[in-house]
Amino acid sequence: MRITQGTFSYLPDFTDEEIAAQAQYALDNQWAVSIEFTDDPHPRNNLWDMWGLPMFDLADAAGVVREVNECRKAYPSRYIRVNAYDATKGRQTTALSFIVNRPPEEPGFRLDRAENSDRRITYTTHPYALDRPSGDRYPS
Amino acid sequence: MLQYAEMGYWQPDYEPKPTDVLAAFRITPQEGVPPEEAGAAVAGESSTATWTVVWTDRLTDHENYQGKCYRVDPVPNNPGQYIAYIAYDLDLFEEGSIANLSSSIIGNVFGFKALKALRLEDMRIPPHYTKTFQGPAHGIVMEREYLNKYGRPVLGATVKPKLGLSARNYGRVVYEALRGGLDFTKDDENINSQPFMRWRDRFIHAMEAVNKAQAETGEVKGHYMNVTAATMEDMYERAEFAKELGSVIVMIDLTIGYTAIQSMAKWARANGCILHLHRAGHGTYTRQKNHGVNFRVIAKWMRLAGVDHIHAGTVVGKLEGDPNAVRGYYDTLRVNTCDADPVKGLYFEQDWASMPGTMPVASGGIHAGQMHQLLHYLGEDVILQFGGGTIGHPMGIAAGATANRVALEAMIKARNEGRDYLAEGPDILKAAAKRSRELDMALSTWGDVTFNYESTDTPDVVVTPS
Repeated sequence: MRITQGTFSYLPDFTDEEIAAQAQYALDNQWAVSIEFTDDPHPRNNLWDMWGLPMFDLADAAGVVREVNECRKAYPSRYIRVNAYDATKGRQTTALSFIVNRPPEEPGFRLDRAENSDRRITYTTHPYALDRPSGDRYPS
Repeated sequence: MLQYAEMGYWQPDYEPKPTDVLAAFRITPQEGVPPEEAGAAVAGESSTATWTVVWTDRLTDHENYQGKCYRVDPVPNNPGQYIAYIAYDLDLFEEGSIANLSSSIIGNVFGFKALKALRLEDMRIPPHYTKTFQGPAHGIVMEREYLNKYGRPVLGATVKPKLGLSARNYGRVVYEALRGGLDFTKDDENINSQPFMRWRDRFIHAMEAVNKAQAETGEVKGHYMNVTAATMEDMYERAEFAKELGSVIVMIDLTIGYTAIQSMAKWARANGCILHLHRAGHGTYTRQKNHGVNFRVIAKWMRLAGVDHIHAGTVVGKLEGDPNAVRGYYDTLRVNTCDADPVKGLYFEQDWASMPGTMPVASGGIHAGQMHQLLHYLGEDVILQFGGGTIGHPMGIAAGATANRVALEAMIKARNEGRDYLAEGPDILKAAAKRSRELDMALSTWGDVTFNYESTDTPDVVVTPS
């Protein structure tokens, strides 16, 4: 399967030039770009690991691509995403977020159903990857 | 008839106070009634006046409570029509009550015989009053953080056919649309709890579909559970059940009334559910230009009342919506402050005092081939709902959903890369369709469908650029 979180998951994976173009759009909007990675892709896992701090004073998108590639080198088989953060009053939230690296295989999720009374079902989305300890979840 | 102007309801020298509630009315006086007198009559009848002088007025600080018509302008190219501006003191209104605000402003005066027709065009709500309302249960920013979806419009579809499907078949449509790439599916306004499908069965089957699609895509998904019902007790029961099943969102119709909407907004904030509002019925009083209430006023009231979503027009789809007027509605729902802008039909400045925004929903006769226009006219904080444009796809519902998602992401990518996406839109879509059979098929099926009719309701107090 292919996890479709992020702004551009229905398009083919971006080249470094395409990543740079999106990063430049963010920087031109005065948005701080950050890089995050994880091996827990649960749809409600908001807290991916931070690859350093957000790059608040960066002007050139080449810096983003360089950091993405450093992160890829360190964690080649994890999900990596590029985020842009809009600190303007009234927003103060993420403005753009897209996946730039995926594990070689994405095993996806198991849907667990707890059957309750009166035909009510309680659902749990369980990432198969989480059956193994962090750092050992995807083939490298 | 009494002389309302003489009784103090016409005050051309009045300077509105920052705390005043202001209203702009389009008035069409009967023959022989001067516009200032008609404006004064509206001010009087929507505040303290009755048809005769009463001595008990003199027991009050009467001038304070009088509505004051302070300006009347003729509408260009519309003989017989005028815009009357009226100021109301803040004390006239109960804190945090749309029912009270609307009973005052539109309660009695619309049937007044001295006027042929009357339309409430716009209002300015001062921060002093705005701050007494809850506002959106969550707002645009929190909704995006709940859903973990950023940088693009949110995609949805209304389940079709809107009436007649059994719960199991209904769940099938929800599942296919969500797994194909939509973020949300939606009950229609009139799907409540009918003999062919009762609400509880629908909720159970829709949540199975939501969760299955979520597990297959790794993305948060939702279905707007319409909890509209005959009584508050019924609505609370349905909303509680939706919450218990894990739904991120519930839905209500405008027909339930302002007070019920405010109650549901309180419930939604307390229970972590996004609140979607369908504007069912609004066309009966918002569409005709000379009489009724402009939709921008309804939009303003609904943001105060506390809904997270409201249908607000598509520009390019099948339902009424002049581009400039729709821009005005979207500004009303989304921005924190705006200036008066007659081109967009905004008669007043408005300061929302940091009240979160309501997400506008574009729904009705839109398809993937219009993605560049939709993004251009409606921007990024919007929910694009493709009902027919998803479910009618020749390769199936999931393929229809994928086509819309691919088209959207390709357009956002092109925009961010600095391309002139409005002019190059068809080429951008064609290029994306080379790698997506679903989009290719959608474009060849609907590429030529347009709804180019004259709008009934257009801003007309200034000459608008075409």
